[in-house]
Amino acid sequence: MNLVLALCIGILFTAGIVCLLQRCMMRLVVGLILLGQAANLIVFTGAGLTSGEPALVAEGAKVPPPGAADALPQAMVLTAIVIGFGLTVFALTLLNRARETSGHDDLDAFSETDRI
Amino acid sequence: MLLWPVLLLAAAGLISPYVARSRIPVWLLAAAPAGVFAWLLSSYLRLGVGETTAESLGWFDPLGASLDFVLDGFGGLLALLISGVGTLIVIYASGYLAGHRDLGRLLLLLFFFMASMLGLVLADNVILLFVFWELTSITSYLLVGFNHEDKAARAKALQALLVTGAGGLAMLAGFILLGTTAESWRLSEIVQAGDLVRSSPVYGALTACIIIGAAAKSAQVPLHFWLPNAMAAPTPVSAFLHSATMVKAGVFLLAKLSPALDGTLLWHGSLSVLGSATLITGAVLGIVQTDLKRILAYTTLSVLGILTLLIGIGTELAIKSMVVFLLGHALYKAALFMVAGTVDHETGTRDVRRLGGLRRAMPVTAVAALLAAFSKAGFPPFFGFVGKEYVYKTGTALDQAGTAFIVVAVVGNMFLLALALKAGLHPFWSKTPLDAPGRTVHEAPWSLWGPPLALALCGLAFGLAAGLVGEALVGKAVAAIRLEPMTSSLSLWHGLSLPLVLSVVTMAGGLLIYANRRLIWPHRGRIEAVPGPSSVYETMVGNLAEVAKRKTRILQSGALTRYVAIVIAAATFLLGWKFLRFGGWPDLTIGPDIEILPAVLCVLAAGAALGATIATSRLGVLVALGIVGIAIALLFLHYSAPDLAITQILVEALTVMLLMLVVYKLPPVRREPRPGVAAAKWALAAGFGGGMTLIVLQALELQVAPSISEQLATWSYPAAHGRNVVNVILVDFRALDTFGEMIVLTIAALGVLSLLARRKRKREDAGS
Repeated sequence: MNLVLALCIGILFTAGIVCLLQRCMMRLVVGLILLGQAANLIVFTGAGLTSGEPALVAEGAKVPPPGAADALPQAMVLTAIVIGFGLTVFALTLLNRARETSGHDDLDAFSETDRI
Repeated sequence: MLLWPVLLLAAAGLISPYVARSRIPVWLLAAAPAGVFAWLLSSYLRLGVGETTAESLGWFDPLGASLDFVLDGFGGLLALLISGVGTLIVIYASGYLAGHRDLGRLLLLLFFFMASMLGLVLADNVILLFVFWELTSITSYLLVGFNHEDKAARAKALQALLVTGAGGLAMLAGFILLGTTAESWRLSEIVQAGDLVRSSPVYGALTACIIIGAAAKSAQVPLHFWLPNAMAAPTPVSAFLHSATMVKAGVFLLAKLSPALDGTLLWHGSLSVLGSATLITGAVLGIVQTDLKRILAYTTLSVLGILTLLIGIGTELAIKSMVVFLLGHALYKAALFMVAGTVDHETGTRDVRRLGGLRRAMPVTAVAALLAAFSKAGFPPFFGFVGKEYVYKTGTALDQAGTAFIVVAVVGNMFLLALALKAGLHPFWSKTPLDAPGRTVHEAPWSLWGPPLALALCGLAFGLAAGLVGEALVGKAVAAIRLEPMTSSLSLWHGLSLPLVLSVVTMAGGLLIYANRRLIWPHRGRIEAVPGPSSVYETMVGNLAEVAKRKTRILQSGALTRYVAIVIAAATFLLGWKFLRFGGWPDLTIGPDIEILPAVLCVLAAGAALGATIATSRLGVLVALGIVGIAIALLFLHYSAPDLAITQILVEALTVMLLMLVVYKLPPVRREPRPGVAAAKWALAAGFGGGMTLIVLQALELQVAPSISEQLATWSYPAAHGRNVVNVILVDFRALDTFGEMIVLTIAALGVLSLLARRKRKREDAGS
């Protein structure tokens, strides 16, 4: 199963990088989002996969049941998801502003700051 | 004590701009070098033959760089020349550039140069010597480019800097090899370790490096071309740096290191060839010149050639001749340069074809020029004659190649004689009509004729008192170079011998060339048009600029996608290199543990991601993105991470909504129009993605340290009273981390707000 997930991560990275390499703004945002997803999946997968046993302490117990999922990478991925969202929103607004100021959305044409 | 003269001269440099602006006579600044000269002279005269005064102040001692200074017979002689000629040059410069707005700057640089040069000849540590060596290159650069508004002067200054600077790098390499081979950074110890150095496997490399460095500094063929071009400097600078002192630094170093390096074919052969080639090149190129300063520059080349040649021969007589010749040259050449500057100052030209009969208008300058020219020409009883006699004596005493040496020396000296008369005699005593329009030529002020006259008289006095000079100066210098006392004294008259015959031949030949000088002048253009090493230099400098321009155009293109591509390519290379170099290929077989639901979700996410990359419809892109997000959220859910799934779904919904708001204002999504470029982008991305797949698989098999997760799970309920371990970690165990995350989000929100607010204000402005 790990192999399938690893392939999925690889394809997400590939798609993200292809988007980053496009000259159009919309694709840049899409690329950022895809790269974020891929990175989250790496951390999540890297800790090992456990199905159907979340890290919850049952009523009356003091510790999670043996074999429960690793909670630490989940906490980190959760943080990463939220930060990624913040980044996406900021990038989107910034790019939109740049497009409004310059009148175009060709990323390779932003070679000079003087003209803006 | 030896550091103080260096610091004193530097301090004099620092105050000179203020003195130049004040009402104090500028020539009073010469008191600094004069004081240094007097102090050095008294120390030098007290020094016995073969004795040294050394002192050592710490610096970067563990690295071998210490402030070690030494006053020995040879370095002391040069120090006397530097401070003595320097005193006269400061007086001369104060008259030459009197009232010039940049006189202060010139003096500042001259003093800095003087301090560096003094440090160079007194340094006993090779690293320290190198520092002073480079300082003289830099001050020389600034002085040649003194007229910095003139583009040609700047180019020539840069040429001098690049050639001597490149030589300096070779020199540094040579010094480091020498220091590690001889196991000491002190020159006085290195010269005692000659056997160790010569038997080392790096002897060839270090000797070659040092010879290259010295050749660049002392303008030996084929690195000679910068010296005539350095004549763009004001005349006091040419007289001081480019004849009397700096260009001698290479010769000085070769002589000083000769006990450690000589005795091999590499040393004697290459120095003899270099010296002879430079001697002849300077003579041939000099004879066609018509500019006084360029004539003198080419004769300086010839003399530097003779000095190198003599070091290459290396017998006691040769070293003795070298010292005598060096001393004589410093005296007459600086004088002749100053005379040339005085003539230029009074008539406005340095072209010998337009100068003649100046002796009536400028009688004192004419006398100074005559005395210096006679010394240079090697007429008895001047000191130049002594130098020439000893050169011939060296040749007649040689066992092998003596004839070749004598031929080279006689031919070279003939040209030197002709050029001496051309530069020193012709402007004053020839019948060429003076062509100085709009000028009434009269004698220059004392500061312009005094210094050259003083030097020229020294040349005469040294010749008459050759025995005394030999005892007080030359003998000590020779003993310091050869590390053993000189066996015979110095004398003016050697009786009727072969050297005297050769002198007569030289005189006859030189006078013949001088008499026919007007026949040679018209051929200057043709001889100078022959491409030489300077055209190689031009090509190299030009190409360097072109390569830099192209490289910048490629790397700093200003195109975002190209920068991204470079970063990704570098990362891919590192990933691939890791696997190729260290191995660790993960197991790539699909095991029996495959689960249907998550596998379908993976395929869905991957497919939708590719779809978002290809789709051209804006709505299509959004839908594809949504599918990726939801599929991943479901994956989280399946693999026991309900909190992640909830967060992911929330964020996904918000992102898609936001994109919806913005997306319809953006122009339509475009694809890369060129299929070749598109394919290259996909290949690059696939390479990186594949590398990431491999890394993930390998990371699964890796656990470098015991996990702390177990501990956190055990503490979760008893310590933090939370049943959801993920939540406890976020708000309790790693609360500070979460706090940081909140700050990041707040800043992002503020950023978004300010960007939107500016837009709103703009719209209101436009509306009102």
